[in-house]
Amino acid sequence: MSSKPTSLFDKVWDAHVVRSIADGPDVLLIDRHFIHEVTSPVAFLGLKTRNLGVMFPDRTFATADHNTPTINQHLPVADPLSANQLKALEENTSSYGISHWGLGNPKNGIVHVVGPENGITLPGMTIVCGDSHTSTHGAFGCIAFGIGTSEVEMVLSSQCIMQPKAKKMRINVNGNMSKGVTPKDVVLYIISKLTAAGATGYFVEYAGSVFENMSMEGRMTVCNMSIEMGARGGMIAPDETTFNYIKGREKAPKGQAWDDAVAYWKTLKTDEGVVFDKEYNFDGADIEPMITYGTNPGMGMGISQLIPTAADIDAGKASFAKSLQYMGFTESEPMLGKKIDYVFIGSCTNGRIEDFRAFASVVKGRKKADHVTAWIVPGSHVVEAQIREEGIYDILIEAGFELRQPGCSACLAMNDDKIPAGKYAVSTSNRNFEGRQGPGARTLLASPLVAAAAAVTGIVTDPRTLIA
Amino acid sequence: MAYDKFTVLTSSAVPLPIENVDTDQIIPARFLKATKREGFGDNLFRDWRYNGDDTPKQDFVLNNAIYSGKILVGGKNFGSGSSREHAAWAIYDYGFRCVVSSFFADIFKNNSLNIGILPVQVSEDFLDRIFKAIEADPQTQLEVDLSKQTITILSTGDSESFDINSYKKHNLMNGFDDIDYLQAMKEEISTFAQNSRY
Repeated sequence: MSSKPTSLFDKVWDAHVVRSIADGPDVLLIDRHFIHEVTSPVAFLGLKTRNLGVMFPDRTFATADHNTPTINQHLPVADPLSANQLKALEENTSSYGISHWGLGNPKNGIVHVVGPENGITLPGMTIVCGDSHTSTHGAFGCIAFGIGTSEVEMVLSSQCIMQPKAKKMRINVNGNMSKGVTPKDVVLYIISKLTAAGATGYFVEYAGSVFENMSMEGRMTVCNMSIEMGARGGMIAPDETTFNYIKGREKAPKGQAWDDAVAYWKTLKTDEGVVFDKEYNFDGADIEPMITYGTNPGMGMGISQLIPTAADIDAGKASFAKSLQYMGFTESEPMLGKKIDYVFIGSCTNGRIEDFRAFASVVKGRKKADHVTAWIVPGSHVVEAQIREEGIYDILIEAGFELRQPGCSACLAMNDDKIPAGKYAVSTSNRNFEGRQGPGARTLLASPLVAAAAAVTGIVTDPRTLIA
Repeated sequence: MAYDKFTVLTSSAVPLPIENVDTDQIIPARFLKATKREGFGDNLFRDWRYNGDDTPKQDFVLNNAIYSGKILVGGKNFGSGSSREHAAWAIYDYGFRCVVSSFFADIFKNNSLNIGILPVQVSEDFLDRIFKAIEADPQTQLEVDLSKQTITILSTGDSESFDINSYKKHNLMNGFDDIDYLQAMKEEISTFAQNSRY
C-alpha cells in the first residue's frame, strides 16, 4: 500500500483499470451497464454485424423509459417508431439473456431511478449507460457516466470501455441552507457559478456539510446534473445515509456479504491531503431558490434576482442575445411574476418520492391555477406506489392535478408530452436547451418547490412566500 | 461501423459561430427513434435548418449555398448535453469529417473519435481567425493534417497544432476502432473480471 493520499475518484478508477495504454486511454472494466430503447438498438445491430456475443449478460440491465407514453401504458404504443424501438429492446435483451423491465413491468421506470431503487447501484462500482445523466449514480460513490452507442457496443461485447482518466475537481459546499432551498437549487447554483462548460474534462467530487446532510434522493439530484457543467460525472463519498438507503433492497448484499461490503464501502473516501486539479468552495447560506432564464443550465439565477446582462456573465454577446431572444426575455428584468403555461415535475433529476413530497407540501390546500397545464410524472412504478400510499395522490387530486405514469416524458419530449412552441414551462428536469421540451418550447428549470409555487399561482413565484 | 481513414483533409468549411451548440440542436430527440444508423444527416440541426412546415430557414448556414465543405467550424463548448451518438452520426452522415472548435464537450468528442470524425481543438484566437477568413472568403481552404497534428488556413499559411493521443490518432489514420482492440484482449479482460468485486 502506498501512503500517498488518494481521492475517492482515483480509488474507484484505479481498481477497474484492466490495462493502461501509453499516450492513450485506460481500458476500464464496467461493473454495471444500463441500457434503454433509444441508444441501444444500433449497438445490438453492431454485435450482429461483427458476429459478437454479450460477454456478461448479467451485468447489463434494460428498462424502457425514453419514448414511452405516460398515459394508457396498458394499450399498444401508438407511435410506430417508438413501438419499434421498444420491440427491438425486448427482442435484443431476450436473445442475449439480459434483464428487461419493459412497459407494464412493475419494476419499469426511468433508468436512473430504478437502478438505485433495486439495489443494482452500489458504492465503488463503475456504471455506464447510453445516457448522459448516468452521473446520477455517483451519489453512491460510483464512477458513473454517460456513453455513446459505440461504447454501448463495447460494453456489451467486452464489458469494458476505453477512456482517458479525467482530471479531478472538488466542490465544497458548507454552511446552513435556508428554508425553501433544495438540492436542485444547490446544483443549479453551482452550475450558474461554473457555467455550462466549467467542469468539462473533470470528474467532480461533491463534499462538505451540505452534501453530508443531504438525503440520497437529494444527492442523486445533484450528481445527476454534473454533466450540465460539462463534468464527466460527479460523486459523493458513501456514508451511513448511503448504507441505510441500500440496506434491504432486492439486489443489495445480504448477511455476511453485507458486512463485508460495508467494511469496503467505508474506505471509499478521499484521504486527507489530496490535491485536486481544481477546487471550489461555496457557502450554502448564499443559495436561494433558483430558476433558469436562458437556454443552457448555466443560465440560472436566484429567483428574487434580475436577469443578468451580457456584460455580467462570461459568454459571447451574440450567443447570450440569441438565448434571451428565444426565451422572450430581456436583460435586467425580474423573473418573479412572469406568467407560465406548463409545469412538469418528474425526470431522472426530480422524479423520486422526496420530490413529490416537496411538491405536495406546497399544493396542499391550494388549487392548480386554471391556465396551467401540469404533468406530474413519477420516475418509476415504485415511486408511483409510494405517492399513493403516502396520501400525496389525494393531495394532488384535491388540488386539481392528475398523476401520470412513469417515464422520461417532457424532459426530452420524445413521446407525446411536448410543450407547445412559445409556451413557458417550469420544469424540474435538467435541460433548458432550445426545443428540448418540444420545438419552440421555453423551459425554466427549477426545484419541485418552485414548480409547485408556479403551478398554484400561474406565475413564477418564490416558494418561500407559500411555505410555513 | 467502418469509417473512412483520416490522413490529410483539405476543404472549405462551414462556419457556425455560436457557443454551447448542444446535441439537442445537432439532432433533436424526436429524431432518435430509428433502430438503424440511417438518414440522420437529413435532420442535422433540424430546428435551426427548417421551419415548422419543413421549409428551409434561409438565414441558416447549411441553407446558404456559398458555404460548403467537409469541415464544420463551431463556437466554444461544441456538443454539450446529451450523450446521443446520433449527433456525431448526423454530422458524419451529412458529409463532415472534421469539427473545429475552441472547446468540445467530452462525450461528443469521444463519440466523434469513435466514428471517424476528427475533433480539432484550437485556441480561441485561431478560431476567431478561421471565422474571419471564411467571412472574407467563403471558399477559404483549411488543411487538417492528422499525421502532423496541424490545421492551416491555406490562403494565409496561418497554422496551429492540435492535441490527440497517439492511440486515437493511430486508430483514425488506419480506420481501426476500440471494439477491435478490446476483442483482441478478451482473455485479459475475462481474468480481470472474474477477480473483480462486482
